[in-house]
Amino acid sequence: MVEHADIRVVHRGGSKINFRAPVISDDSRLLLCASGECVKVYSTSTEECVHHLRAHTDVVTGVVLRPSNHLQVYSCSMDGTIRLWDFTDAILIKTYVIGQPIYSIYASAQHNGVLFITIPMLNDKTSEMFHLVAVHLQQSTEQLVEARELSVVISHVSSNPAAIAFGRAGEYLASTKGLQLEVFFLKKQKSNRFSLKEENKKGRKNTFSCVTCHPTDDCIATGHEDGQIRLWRNFSHKKEYTYSTLHWHHTTVGSLCFTPEGTNLLSGGVESVLVQWRYNQDTQRDFLPRLGAAITHVTVSPDGTLFTTTHSDNKITIIRSGAKVSAVIQGLVKGESIETDLLIDPRSKALVMNGKPGHLQFYSLQRDKLMYNLDIVQQEYIYQSDLQQFEVVKAAFNSSGNWLATVEREQKDAELELNLKLWAFDDQTQSFVLNTTISAPHENRITALCFSPATDSQTTTVLVSSSKDGHFKAWQLAAHTEDEGPCWSCDFVGAYHGLVPSCCCFSADGSLLAVSFQEVVTVWSSASWELLTTLSQPPGDIRDLCFGQLSCSKYLLGTSTSNLLLCWNLLTCSLEWSTSMDISLLLADPLSENMAAFCSQSGYTHLFVFKPSEPRPIFSQKAVCSGKVMRAVFAPREEMLESCEESSQWLNRCQLYFLSQHMDLMTFTTKAEEDKLMDSSKQLVIDDTVAMTPFHLLLGKRRKEREEPQPAVSSPSAQRSSSSIRELLQTPAHVLPSTSYLCSMFVRSLLISVTDNREENNEAEGEMDSEKEEEDSEEEMDTRDTRPEQVSAESVSPALTKAQLRELRRLKKQDHSWLQGLLDP
Amino acid sequence: MGEFKVHRVRFFDYMPSAISKMAFNFLSERLAVARADGAVEIFKFTDNYFQEKVIPGRDGRAIEGMCWVGQRLFSAGLNGEITEYDLENLRPKYSMDAYGGPIWSISSNSQGTLLAVGCEDGTVKMFEVLEEKIQFQRNLDRQKGRIISLSWHPSGTKIAAGMMDMIRIFDAETGRATHRLLVDRGLGMSKGREVVVWSVIFLSDNTVVSGDSAGKVQMWDSITGTLRKTHLVTKWDVLALSVSQDESSLMAGTSEGTVVQMQFLQSSVEQQERQWVRTRTFKNHSHDVRALVHTDCAVVSGGMDTHLVVLPLLDQVEKSSKEAKLRKITFPHRSLVRCARKAGLLLFQFPDHLELWRLGESEGQGKHGDCLPVKRNPEKLLQLTRKGEDHICCSAVSPCGGWLVYATVSAVRLYRLQYDNNNVSISRVSKLPKELRTVHQLCFSSDSSRLFASSTHSSVVVVALSNPEVKHLHTLKCKSGSKQPLHLLVPSDDGKWLATANADCEIHVYNLHKMKLHCTVPVYSSCPTAIAIHPSTCNLISVHADQQMFEFSLQQKEYTEWSRRLHKEGLHSLWLDRDTPVTRVAFNPENPAHIILHDTFMFCIVDQSLPLPDAQTKFYNQMTLRSLPAAERMRHSHAFKICKYFQHLMTVELLEDHSLVVVERPLMDIMSKLPAPVRQKKFAT
Repeated sequence: MVEHADIRVVHRGGSKINFRAPVISDDSRLLLCASGECVKVYSTSTEECVHHLRAHTDVVTGVVLRPSNHLQVYSCSMDGTIRLWDFTDAILIKTYVIGQPIYSIYASAQHNGVLFITIPMLNDKTSEMFHLVAVHLQQSTEQLVEARELSVVISHVSSNPAAIAFGRAGEYLASTKGLQLEVFFLKKQKSNRFSLKEENKKGRKNTFSCVTCHPTDDCIATGHEDGQIRLWRNFSHKKEYTYSTLHWHHTTVGSLCFTPEGTNLLSGGVESVLVQWRYNQDTQRDFLPRLGAAITHVTVSPDGTLFTTTHSDNKITIIRSGAKVSAVIQGLVKGESIETDLLIDPRSKALVMNGKPGHLQFYSLQRDKLMYNLDIVQQEYIYQSDLQQFEVVKAAFNSSGNWLATVEREQKDAELELNLKLWAFDDQTQSFVLNTTISAPHENRITALCFSPATDSQTTTVLVSSSKDGHFKAWQLAAHTEDEGPCWSCDFVGAYHGLVPSCCCFSADGSLLAVSFQEVVTVWSSASWELLTTLSQPPGDIRDLCFGQLSCSKYLLGTSTSNLLLCWNLLTCSLEWSTSMDISLLLADPLSENMAAFCSQSGYTHLFVFKPSEPRPIFSQKAVCSGKVMRAVFAPREEMLESCEESSQWLNRCQLYFLSQHMDLMTFTTKAEEDKLMDSSKQLVIDDTVAMTPFHLLLGKRRKEREEPQPAVSSPSAQRSSSSIRELLQTPAHVLPSTSYLCSMFVRSLLISVTDNREENNEAEGEMDSEKEEEDSEEEMDTRDTRPEQVSAESVSPALTKAQLRELRRLKKQDHSWLQGLLDP
Repeated sequence: MGEFKVHRVRFFDYMPSAISKMAFNFLSERLAVARADGAVEIFKFTDNYFQEKVIPGRDGRAIEGMCWVGQRLFSAGLNGEITEYDLENLRPKYSMDAYGGPIWSISSNSQGTLLAVGCEDGTVKMFEVLEEKIQFQRNLDRQKGRIISLSWHPSGTKIAAGMMDMIRIFDAETGRATHRLLVDRGLGMSKGREVVVWSVIFLSDNTVVSGDSAGKVQMWDSITGTLRKTHLVTKWDVLALSVSQDESSLMAGTSEGTVVQMQFLQSSVEQQERQWVRTRTFKNHSHDVRALVHTDCAVVSGGMDTHLVVLPLLDQVEKSSKEAKLRKITFPHRSLVRCARKAGLLLFQFPDHLELWRLGESEGQGKHGDCLPVKRNPEKLLQLTRKGEDHICCSAVSPCGGWLVYATVSAVRLYRLQYDNNNVSISRVSKLPKELRTVHQLCFSSDSSRLFASSTHSSVVVVALSNPEVKHLHTLKCKSGSKQPLHLLVPSDDGKWLATANADCEIHVYNLHKMKLHCTVPVYSSCPTAIAIHPSTCNLISVHADQQMFEFSLQQKEYTEWSRRLHKEGLHSLWLDRDTPVTRVAFNPENPAHIILHDTFMFCIVDQSLPLPDAQTKFYNQMTLRSLPAAERMRHSHAFKICKYFQHLMTVELLEDHSLVVVERPLMDIMSKLPAPVRQKKFAT
């Protein structure tokens, strides 16, 4: 097995935007935040992501505005580099190589050419000791600079960026760690340390959680785990230091920030309330409540007009003039755990999973944007520890996407409350509407939930739920009374020798239902609810069950607790093959025969992709991520990828997304895909560099007219042609139409039509807003292709190959005015 | 340690009185505390906060203001009188009516030449401080409304007066009111109510700081008469303010029981301008903080909840030093309980009455820690209400139970008690010798034939008791010429010796057979808090306020070998760290090597035959010793055997029948008798 260098695991859509505090540009128009391996630039007014600053190869851990140039920004990353960007145009200006993972970055206007970063004391990723070092950035014209001039400022600091802050005019640095506050005076090069007792008399925890400094006064504000805020003063004296206490938060103060003039102190915490304290008028404070989730960072724009609060549910709220929420930038919500599997909404192709407590979130993977939250539980959520509330634990879509089934659960001591809810998609409101609520569908926890795949529209969909109470139930849509619409009711209750069912799965055509009862797999006919057969296997409970797709639908795959991957052939009812591996997750690609198995071994997860027909992986990658992968999903691509390499072919139709142990959404990308992304981002850069002047409007329009046809020339048409060829080759011979019909189609596919392309391009632009129509129009386009009059005279000439054509185009594009100059002197 | 049958007494309903005012003398480092019942207590801060003197209260003397002028202490109260105290005889020296109605405040200028009092009728009256008295000088401009608080500018030229709704600034020389500073009323509900300026402080930079009933601490510029800054400190009242001597730190006491610190700080290193910034908040009281003193390194606060709290400011003292510990002084540093050891009677002294109780009896035998069934309940034999307005300052019951005596500042009353079965008959001895007039301490000899009473100039009056006549025998005078009052008076069991201790830290021993001074124990720097003479060896044990302990042989007139060894090796640090003084020393007649000591939180038996603990020894080792086998036990035991089972001890006494009487006054009982504190919203309620 070869390690495939061109397939890479990347943080993908939905990476955390709440990982580090965002940065607001000087004009308050743009907001920058670290997000996975890139820095995202959002507009503060439209909430749209304007740019991605991509170049880092590991998690970005800090963003800071360059004090000497307000249009530039430094970012640091775990990959050991600091990069300087022009963020308005998303251009990488410089890269400084530090060579050690960087955990946070600080800059001060008074220290020109010096950056302060937190790096491990020992050059080792697992090290728990960090120090703050000053990096002197050399003046050089090169793009890549090795910054080796490091000098330690404070040793033994916390790696949390909120634990260090610059004081008034860069005179001192305040660093907190555990129970100690250290104030380092940069001019005198001396530090004062102040420690607190671990707990005071009332049993409160005094541990520091964050620190910030007043911009003009000698005052340090620190947040503590017990919710207190201390304002330290007089700390230039070792003994006569003093502090006052502000107390409103009831648990840890998440973040603190002074406004630029120092008149207000902002604080936030779990309460999801932004508190504004008047500086030196301690009893006066303002609140901005109901911000949705716990506040992790609070920042203020340099001109003080915007506040942003970053929330634990991966959200950035922009608050204008201290009172009104003006914009919300919402990333993929990551709760403490994802109880539902990752699902793909067949309608919108959105990723569906647990979002806010009691909600399901619909997240567009393509646009990397949260579409909406569906309130499942419909109950007010109260932020309090040890308070049990309803949680959405299971969800399932039927294959057409017009039914959604959810299970919610509340565990009150020994009592268990379950609700099964069925939601119908309403075309008018374009959202799910509650159809049926079944309270207590089972007596115990529901272990699996699945819809039968609808082969055609006539057969009714069936929902199967299996539970720990030893039964599985089939639910069916039935009309009860005339005045009300149809609703769901139980159709069949199945059991097998009192054993507990763990998972269930429908075959691709929906005729068979496999339910595993501990170590026995039972196969039922979904039409008659008859037990057809039982499949035996070596001892060990079944963990996962999965039918093969498409041509491999005769195979049923399962994993067991005795670390076996088993494959039964349903035609022979016998075990086809089995291998021994510890598989934590097995899932089937709905659009191909491929199956993916995540296998955990010694703290790392390996991925194997294989076809059920043969026990040989077509792709494998070791150490995809650390920890166990429990959730993954195949998401169909919008447009198919053209990859001929055998190892990456499995990614052509679908993309595999998975959640790592730290709830990061990751995916696999191929090199080709990455290159394409890079190209597109470069394209964007060029477009943006020209300022929107009246002159540009005149000039740009003309230039656009000239340029537009070129970039789109090759890819779509080539793709279509090759896909039709592949379709031709892959379809079994007995279902193909006559050769004469095929031939004309084949020839046509080789033709390149310029006019058609332009038309299509325009059309695509016009139709960006509604995805649904776009899908429909694809067929239209195909028909249009057949019209002969659209084929231009130029492209008819068969002698020209694609490459030649491109060359010709390039020549045509070139400026030939010099030639003209030569011709008429 | 030995086993005792213990009478655990909890029926002494002692209730300390609320603290209403405090004044600190920075020269002698003594704190005068005025209580709501009119009593004044003097604490010596240099001597481990020992309560040196107590001047008993008097009905109707509600002290509202108190101040030191040099070493003289003045107070003024709602009875409209200014009182100077005689600190040598522990009584008011004279009282003078100011003729301005109730007096709310008194303040002296820093030169100590003038006293200003603020009266109900709106006048500020100036009194000149003369050698032996004070003399009315003049009135300042009369105002409408009462003068609640007063403060002199340190230069003595101006006076700030807090009134209702306003502050007035007076020129002290001309007597004219120069400024009128209007104080905002509170918000909402209290808008219609007048705001009371409870406290003002005039700082040397001409800032006037005021604390008022709307919960504000405000800084005013007295030259322009403008408000500089307002700190809203509490929703309730700011009752007391106190500023440090260097005027860099200010404390405000509130009705919530909190003490809020404000500091005069530079906003940044470069800027010279300083401003008052609210910093720390301390909460050591459950009720109103009525009185505050900001000493150099600590804040002393007292209020309704009767505790005196000495809170060290950690930025001023060394962290590890003894001063860095918070102290709460609740109980008096002298015993209010007397025990008739032969008769099994307890005498409880209250300010306005005495209670005589007979101890109960139990039956049966029990193991260690058992509660024995009570055969006879304790019984209150007598409640004797005092005559006159003055409160009781001392009392005694004779060991046989036949005599009872109490004294106020004006009179001594002696009673003869007779018991027949359950009835007690009491008869007052009407004719007392005239020498018994000024009395600070009283006690009976062990055979109940003599009454000793301490009098002026540390002298002791000896009175022979015989039915029906009471005769003055002799007056014992010490030769040192000390004018301080005696606070300890202890006769020996054999009737030969009498030991006395006074506030000058002198201990004198008199021979009662010869009726003359036997010897004077070398003076130690700390005040003795308890002394006793050993019945068999005739050694004098003295325990001092700094927790040191001495044994002085009366025969040899020198410190004993054990005492020398104790001082050479030094006492254990845990013993020295205790913050309440030992108030009683007793002996176990069964084992002459045992000395029984107690303070508020423990009682201790010192076994002179055992080795002394060194710094490494585990000091509180009773639990570990119990777990060890008997043979091992000897090796690990040391001279100090401490029992902390009984808490808040008022007295521990060994009776004739070798049972121990332990009088407890649980703090919870005191707290439950206090009025309800101001209502506060608490989180999650």
